[in-house]
Amino acid sequence: MADQSAGDLILRQITKSYETFTAVDNIDLVIPRGSFFALLGPSGCGKTTTLRMVAGLEQPTAGTISIGERDITSTKAYQRNVNTVFQNYALFPHLDILDNVAFGLRQRKVKDWKAKAMEALELVELTQVARKKPTQLSGGMQQRVALARAVVNRPDVLLLDEPLGALDLKLRRQMQIELKRIQQEVGLTFVHVTHDQEEAMTMADTIAVMNGGRLQQVGDPGTLYEKPESTFAANFLGQSNLLAATVKGVVDDIAQLNVHGTEMTVPADLLPEGATEIWLGIRPEKVRIIGGVAGSESESLNTLSGKVTDVSFLGVATQYLVATSWGRELTVVQQNDGAPRAVLGSNVRLAWLPANCFALDASQDADAGADIGEDA
Amino acid sequence: MAVNTLAGAPLAPQPAQPGEGKRPRRRGAYVPYLLLLPGMLWLVVFFLVPMLSLASQSLQTGDVDNGYTLTFNFATYSDALGTYWPQLLRSLIYAGTATVATLALGFPLAWFIAHRSGRYKNFLLVLVIAPFFTSFLIRTLAWQTILGDSGLLAQFTAFTHTDFLLSGFKSVLHAVGLISNDQLLFSPFAVICGLTYNFLPFMVLPLYANLERLDQRLVEAAGDLYASPVQAFRRVIWPLSLPGVVAGTLLTFIPATGDYINSVLLGSTQTTMIGQVIDAQFLRVLDYPTAAALSFILLLLIVAFVVTYVRRAGTEELV
Ligand SMILES: Nc1ncnc2c1ncn2[C@@H]1O[C@H](COP(=O)(O)OP(=O)(O)OP(=O)(O)O)[C@@H](O)[C@H]1O
Ligand SMILES: [Mg+2]
Repeated sequence: MADQSAGDLILRQITKSYETFTAVDNIDLVIPRGSFFALLGPSGCGKTTTLRMVAGLEQPTAGTISIGERDITSTKAYQRNVNTVFQNYALFPHLDILDNVAFGLRQRKVKDWKAKAMEALELVELTQVARKKPTQLSGGMQQRVALARAVVNRPDVLLLDEPLGALDLKLRRQMQIELKRIQQEVGLTFVHVTHDQEEAMTMADTIAVMNGGRLQQVGDPGTLYEKPESTFAANFLGQSNLLAATVKGVVDDIAQLNVHGTEMTVPADLLPEGATEIWLGIRPEKVRIIGGVAGSESESLNTLSGKVTDVSFLGVATQYLVATSWGRELTVVQQNDGAPRAVLGSNVRLAWLPANCFALDASQDADAGADIGEDA
Repeated sequence: MAVNTLAGAPLAPQPAQPGEGKRPRRRGAYVPYLLLLPGMLWLVVFFLVPMLSLASQSLQTGDVDNGYTLTFNFATYSDALGTYWPQLLRSLIYAGTATVATLALGFPLAWFIAHRSGRYKNFLLVLVIAPFFTSFLIRTLAWQTILGDSGLLAQFTAFTHTDFLLSGFKSVLHAVGLISNDQLLFSPFAVICGLTYNFLPFMVLPLYANLERLDQRLVEAAGDLYASPVQAFRRVIWPLSLPGVVAGTLLTFIPATGDYINSVLLGSTQTTMIGQVIDAQFLRVLDYPTAAALSFILLLLIVAFVVTYVRRAGTEELV
């Protein structure tokens, strides 16, 4: 199916400026053909603008866009083999569902448009409403029609602008699985815009994290989560504990750190180049609570003492807030695996493997992107 | 004129339907009917009664001096039709041409105001209705000074040495029969110009109201699905703007058909429209039955037109 598609989508130094404002700032991206690519970032970071430039609905101020060998920067939207699932669906209210789905096919004078459109409706399981008008459908159904209307054309690139944004949580989870299935079935390149980090991580092969019009980091969900390269990425994808640390020296590829007077280590290859002041990062679920006695743990662990200031039961896990001696609260998540739970107000020791850490240059704001990931 | 009252009728806001009658009668259930009362009274006194009196008048015989008696003389209708069909036909043709012209001018204008004018939107809307600040008569007379032999148009082309364009234009108009000699004024062309100009706001305003609500993202979606701008217009913009087009054409065509000022001021004896005939029959010839019959014929023609037109356009929800 994807055999006739031209290849990777390549953005080179794409910039989009409005009079006083740069919405997208010098973006370089290669999106491999056939991949499920997510563009993730907070509201207003330029995701829609980037997508619109790929669709041809907006002209970049600078830079080039190409699909495979073909430069499409100055090609008109209707001449591009790119289709969009719009944020608000944008279904044609005067046409029934079948005519909506067949719009692109008939525009290109495809002969068996009716059969192809019905096939696409089958893919999204909506054949029974083919003769209804868009307003007669629920939000979730409209969303699937919008998807069918784009997929049916087998574009080189399919752009999805927060396609699930208007759906409630349950329907959203369902549609995420559905979308992923459809993408695998048709084998098209999907570029999926979202500000929901969980959505991006469950669906995408590759995620590009954007902030303020710039790319922060591009990688597979695992790498992005385990080894974020900026405090923004660390906080925006999941939660992070960031501890200010000073690098004292490197012995046998192990960096020796001083964290507010406590000795810790981290593999030297995780250190940002040439940094002596760093943020030492550790994810909440990687931290273990090992009871109140000091000195009983093995040498290779990083340990820290603190006092439990909050306990919240989450069902599958329990989340603790543990205050350190210098007053910073660390988040710790422990599986509810039957082990006794720590008590509010008790003194505990926290331990984690140095290899599970990540280290970031201390010049960045520790709270960048912290609260944006949670809402909406 | 009866015709003008009718023009508003199909488009007037529908009075609210009284609550679903199935519910048990509550106190205050008569309130909707009370609220309807003034409107109904108004219609009865100023529309129904004059209509009936007009209908009766058209079937009477007699003369002004000896009075009229109701004799159900239907011959008045056939006589009136036989004599004045050219004026009737001419009215329909002029009004139709003017309506097409207002649509051609009004659609791009309404689109521009709705989607491209930015912060000048309100200013432009005021400009559209600005002609209403002066009287219909004066506005129409202004066209005499524009189209006259030494009028503004002639002066302008002379000043810019583009007379050849004007004479070229005139020969085209001559060829299609819109002017009969070298004169622009006092011709079908001038009458249609006047009608187009005077009724343009009635086209632009409903179109604007409609196009304003048309979601620009649908146009983008059409473009995204391989429709060139022309195809996007044909397959998305035009069908979605039909309610506005229907409202605009009705508001233009109906009053334009019955109009006579434009023909009086800008036309000649060769451009007489049915409104002029009715006016003359009522006020000068004093042949009331013929005048009433002509009014009725015009009314029936327009109602027939509205019904078929609205059916054809297939718009269930007008405006
Ligand atoms: N036509 C425009 N003129 C000026 N600024 C604009 C224009 N369009 C977008 N912007 C600005 O560009 C920035 C990026 O907008 P964009 O729509 O790409 O954000 P987004 O990442 O899609 O956000 P969201 O998640 O809320 O949809 C915003 O700050 C917005 O205000
Ligand atoms: Mg957006």
